Amino acid sequence: MGFLQNNRFRALLASDNVTGYLFIGPFVLGFLAFTLIPVLASIYFSFSRYDLLSPPVFDGLRNFIAMFSDENFWKSLTVTLHYAFVSVPLRLVFALFVAMLFNRKSKLVGCYRTIYYLPSIIGGSIAVSVMWRRLFMADGAVNSALALIGIKSDTSWIGNPKTAIWTLIILAAWQFGSSMLIFLAGLKQIPGSLYEAAEIDGANAFQKFFKITIPHLTPVIFFNLVMQLINGFTVFTQAFVISGGSGDPMNSTLVYALYLYRKAFEFYDMGYGCAMAWVLVLILAVFTALIFKSSSLWVYYETKED
Amino acid sequence: MRRTQRWLNLGIYHVFIILFGVLMVYPVLWMVFSSFKENTEIFGTASLIPRHFKLDAYVRGWQGVGGVPFGFFFRNSFYYVILATIGTVFSSAVVAYGFARIKFFAKNFWFVCMLLTMMLPYQVVMIPQFILFFKLGWVNSFLPLIVPMFCGQPFFVFLMIQFIRGLPVELDESAKIDGCGRFRIFSKIIFPLISPAIITTTIFQFYWRWDDFLGPLLYLNKPRLYTVSLALRMFADPATATDWGGMFAMGTLSLVPIFIIFISFQRYLVEGISTTGLKG
Repeated sequence: MGFLQNNRFRALLASDNVTGYLFIGPFVLGFLAFTLIPVLASIYFSFSRYDLLSPPVFDGLRNFIAMFSDENFWKSLTVTLHYAFVSVPLRLVFALFVAMLFNRKSKLVGCYRTIYYLPSIIGGSIAVSVMWRRLFMADGAVNSALALIGIKSDTSWIGNPKTAIWTLIILAAWQFGSSMLIFLAGLKQIPGSLYEAAEIDGANAFQKFFKITIPHLTPVIFFNLVMQLINGFTVFTQAFVISGGSGDPMNSTLVYALYLYRKAFEFYDMGYGCAMAWVLVLILAVFTALIFKSSSLWVYYETKED
Repeated sequence: MRRTQRWLNLGIYHVFIILFGVLMVYPVLWMVFSSFKENTEIFGTASLIPRHFKLDAYVRGWQGVGGVPFGFFFRNSFYYVILATIGTVFSSAVVAYGFARIKFFAKNFWFVCMLLTMMLPYQVVMIPQFILFFKLGWVNSFLPLIVPMFCGQPFFVFLMIQFIRGLPVELDESAKIDGCGRFRIFSKIIFPLISPAIITTTIFQFYWRWDDFLGPLLYLNKPRLYTVSLALRMFADPATATDWGGMFAMGTLSLVPIFIIFISFQRYLVEGISTTGLKG
């Protein structure tokens, strides 16, 4: 009897349904504990007043209504839009340009690629953000370098509300490495015979670029665009470090994620923070949907040819 | 004539790339070289080479901030990063095998859950997760940073699934005929065969965790628990006079582990990015 049960137990253990759940068990547990329950809680908090010390109080749409008249909210939204809409195209153009330069076979190119990729690999580190802050100060190396080519400037780039956001944009553009590698992989997929045929037909470099390279790269451009836009909208660390955690001067570097952080963890307005997070999801969903919708107009898939 | 023209073009190409490349790495070099300069020499000059080569900044920096020696921060970082990376690699591989090779009830449902998790901005779960860990009394410990990493990271699970799907199913089947159970098939056959995906995951998770700032910022509020990234930020606190030399010295040291990984696994990194589209 015991033997039979043991056998049944073994058979049960060996069934695909059980082993399957044993294997994905860590994910299921983690998903429930660290994603699903937090998401549901976040929805509830976004309709509540909650300071972490006393229990959350249901407050209807108050947080969302408050956002409309919150100057800093609008400021953070404009700053983020400005940042994302300038830094993403800049980064992609750089990335494509450099990828085109590196799309040839040579030992040296491999070496160059490594050097160009270096800033991106270390770019997320605090050391780089802190260094960047120093570079753009009044007596920093950027002003010294400008002085060398005859441009005198003694203003602090990070202290001036007009230029501070640009230090963040330049930092983002500087780290074009991962997009570059994706472009490079895309470029290598384009058959060389296409270019040869175009050359025989007397096409010049511009024609080859716009008629062959760009159309073939559109799926990669699409992918990079979506990924980088999401990255751009959720930028936090660089803005936090370069502005010293405040979003200053005059909130000019108060990106959305930074304002959300400050609301939740400096002012302990957890409800407002959650509401802001959901507005961010909404904004990202709209932009991603727009890119996806428009993709049928400009993204070219080779399978369509057949 | 055509030949000289070609050589000229090639020359222009390399000169341009090298000049632009210098511009690319200049900020990093500037920081590294500044760490060997005297404090007064760091500012107001764009030149790299220090007039007097000094190691003072390293000595000062190593003494740390807020009364905590810098060695503490390194120890904390290594502790957190290594555990989190081990957790990510093993749990992600296990979950990936489950999704890639086993048919079970509601598999597609869980797979969609995983994809949705991947697309959800961290800001949405950041606050409720913090509240959860706060209630559990885990704030000011490494638990909130490490425990979730043992639940499989969707992005890496996804990467490994792609990899496992590339392996022939016959491998599993013949092992099954030989009497191997699922767990043996996974640990003896699949896990060793997906080593490229394992290496990619290890490298990226190591350096993402090493650079992670927001997580430690939320959960570690005692200087003795600070990771290197938090400590560096404390150096640059606008409220106090900053010892830039010391900060650059420690900043340079903080890049050493990433740099070593970068140099030794450069090939995997580059391939990993171009095939999977990882952010950087």
